[in-house]
Amino acid sequence: MKLSELQEWRERAARGISVRGEQKDWRIVVSMGTSGIAAGAREVMRALMDEIERQELENVEVALTGSLGMDDVEPVLRVERAGETIVYGNLDPDAARRIVTEHIRQGRKVERYVIGLPKEKE
Amino acid sequence: MPAYRSTVLLCAGGGCISCGCLPVREAMEAELKRRNLADEVRVVQTGCVGSCDLGPVLIVYPDEVFYQKVSPGDVPKLVDEHFLKGRVFERLLVKSAETDNLIATQREFAFFNKQVKIVLENCGVIDPENIEEYVARGGYLALGQVISERTPEWVIEELKKSGLRGRGGAGFPAGTKWDFVRKAPGERKYVVCNADEGDPGAFMDRSVLEGDPHRVLEAMAIAGFAASADQGYIYVRAEYPLAIRRTRRAIQQAREAGFLGRNLFESSFSFDIDIRVGAGAFVCGEETALLASIEGKRGIPRPRPPFPAVSGLWGKPTLINNVETYACIVPIITRGGDWYASIGTEKSKGTKVFALAGKIRNTGLVEVPMGTTLREIVYDIGGGVPNGRKFKAAQTGGPSGGCIPAEHLDIPMDYESLAKVGSIVGSGGLIIMDEDSCMVDVAKFFMEFCTDESCGKCPPCRVGTRQIYGLLDKITKGEARIEDLHLLEELCGMVKESSLCGLGQTAPNPVLSTLRYFRDEYLEHIVDRRCPAKVCPSLIRYSIDEAACTGCSLCARNCPENTIFKVEDQKKYRIDPARCVKCGVCFDVCRFGAVVKS
Ligand SMILES: Cc1cc2nc3c(=O)[nH]c(=O)nc-3n(C[C@H](O)[C@H](O)[C@H](O)COP(=O)(O)O)c2cc1C
Ligand code: SF4
Ligand code: SF4
Repeated sequence: MKLSELQEWRERAARGISVRGEQKDWRIVVSMGTSGIAAGAREVMRALMDEIERQELENVEVALTGSLGMDDVEPVLRVERAGETIVYGNLDPDAARRIVTEHIRQGRKVERYVIGLPKEKE
Repeated sequence: MPAYRSTVLLCAGGGCISCGCLPVREAMEAELKRRNLADEVRVVQTGCVGSCDLGPVLIVYPDEVFYQKVSPGDVPKLVDEHFLKGRVFERLLVKSAETDNLIATQREFAFFNKQVKIVLENCGVIDPENIEEYVARGGYLALGQVISERTPEWVIEELKKSGLRGRGGAGFPAGTKWDFVRKAPGERKYVVCNADEGDPGAFMDRSVLEGDPHRVLEAMAIAGFAASADQGYIYVRAEYPLAIRRTRRAIQQAREAGFLGRNLFESSFSFDIDIRVGAGAFVCGEETALLASIEGKRGIPRPRPPFPAVSGLWGKPTLINNVETYACIVPIITRGGDWYASIGTEKSKGTKVFALAGKIRNTGLVEVPMGTTLREIVYDIGGGVPNGRKFKAAQTGGPSGGCIPAEHLDIPMDYESLAKVGSIVGSGGLIIMDEDSCMVDVAKFFMEFCTDESCGKCPPCRVGTRQIYGLLDKITKGEARIEDLHLLEELCGMVKESSLCGLGQTAPNPVLSTLRYFRDEYLEHIVDRRCPAKVCPSLIRYSIDEAACTGCSLCARNCPENTIFKVEDQKKYRIDPARCVKCGVCFDVCRFGAVVKS
């Protein structure tokens, strides 16, 4: 094995264990209460995971939480970064993919699904 | 490798496997499958996370929630709560020692957050049976870089800068030793890893081999490169079957990946490693005895010089280091000697792993910077002495070490400071004792260990340790006279001075150090025929406080000797002191505190 080959192997392997260790800049928290699951939160979660993997984003972690108390707009998720939180609701798998691409990758909120803005703003 | 949303780390160190983590793992995998979560949540079996008294332990990433004492029956509820509902399952959280608050994450848990992990950085984080996980953490890059871009001199220079000292007990500077071997004349040289781990209280070497074996293999290969050796041996005791199995598997995987074998990283450097299993005698941890044992001879020490660096295995220059010493090498190469030297104290660099045990709330492995005070380890990390008892002393260095009394609680734990108070860092055993520990009994325990383990080659050690043990036994039985104390001290000095190897030379240390700090306790045994800690059976008596006795008869029914009888015409019981064997059963069973130990 060459050193360069090992370096490549390392990068590939690192993705597999990236949920452990250092905290990531981006954190997506999906509401997984009973009503969230009924409304399709699990499909949303899978779409998120899939998209993150497909786009090879390493700086994002996906966690889940119980109900966020917004049953009427489930599935709901929260995107957190450096103390800033955006809440999205009424999601489906396509919306989840858009959040990954537009919000996390390109830094543009997906206004259509935003249901709460952080208190500091507006 | 697919991306998982979450990873469950299941601690499968020696401690946890014996307390049942394998059924938990099976239950977890079955439940995840049943709930259709198997491709979202991954279960990884890791090495020891250190907190052995809490096992089986689960850590769920990325949230870092720490669950303790998990049983297979808990698993369905835990999966339901944590992975489906996304709530922390409170029943299995740890409670904080100070506040009684529930602790959810590893970060909040003082046992972990005061530690600095270098040696154990991967233990409990990666799957030791999967080389890919080690590679993902940067594994074998240090080896590749050293071979492709550096010289042996550079490696040794970094090691010298780091100030790393051997962790096997003696604390010899590692860089200097590597340099000796490099410069020793000879074509053929060897690299040996000492994983005999004879100190009865220590298990850090086992944990490293069980939890992160590749780290040791990589370091040995780097050592081979630096010392121009092409063959390494790991000497492990047979009592460590899991460490042996995982190390074997790691060697196999490293060979397949091309990290061991011929022409590593397409260079002219070749290096391979084999395992040698030892019978597990304490003396076989002594380097010359260990080398003899690898050669297939009886494991008996021989005089030094010549040191192994000059004449070791089959008479060839041999580099021998401890597991923990090797476990520091890769970080030193990766982050630099200066970085390592910035941790610890002026003369004791880096971190040390201690095996915390005895009368302490949190037991297990703790890794702290050298110079951390004993008080921080006992109170901040260890959570203090349980049951409202008071700290009495800490024993460091196992059978070769000594005790540190309460007045020295603020001592920095490093080579120099411990030597000053008459103890040693040793391999890192750290046993906490409270008021209920008898120091003569402690000294007797270690002396018994040394008598059993002496190889018998030199009479001072073979006969002397037995005589010392005999005297201690007399003292604990209240049969000693004051002259015996002087005899004891003389014998200790003689054994220390005239034994060939470290076993004999250090065997008297626990006696000398308990004598130094707890002489009064010895005197009480001898003069007053009392054991103040109420441990030594011959010197205590059990009686029943008739005012407190309710006459329930529980003690009488449990006494194996039938020495407890009913007082005539009264609802009270009494012990016949002449026939009492001091088993203490009555004391343990009485629910009214009526049985008194004095
Ligand atoms: C009786 C006796 C037992 C020893 N047991 C061990 C042991 O179990 N593990 C170990 O690494 N060193 C042990 N040593 C120390 C070794 O002789 C040797 O100093 C050490 O392996 C060198 O490695 P280091 O420089 O990395 O500490 C023992 C020494 C003596 C005298
Ligand atoms: S000091 Fe004891 S253990 Fe060491 S060689 Fe002599 S008899 Fe054997
Ligand atoms: S167990 Fe206690 S209360 Fe009961 S008879 Fe014995 S001393 Fe008395």
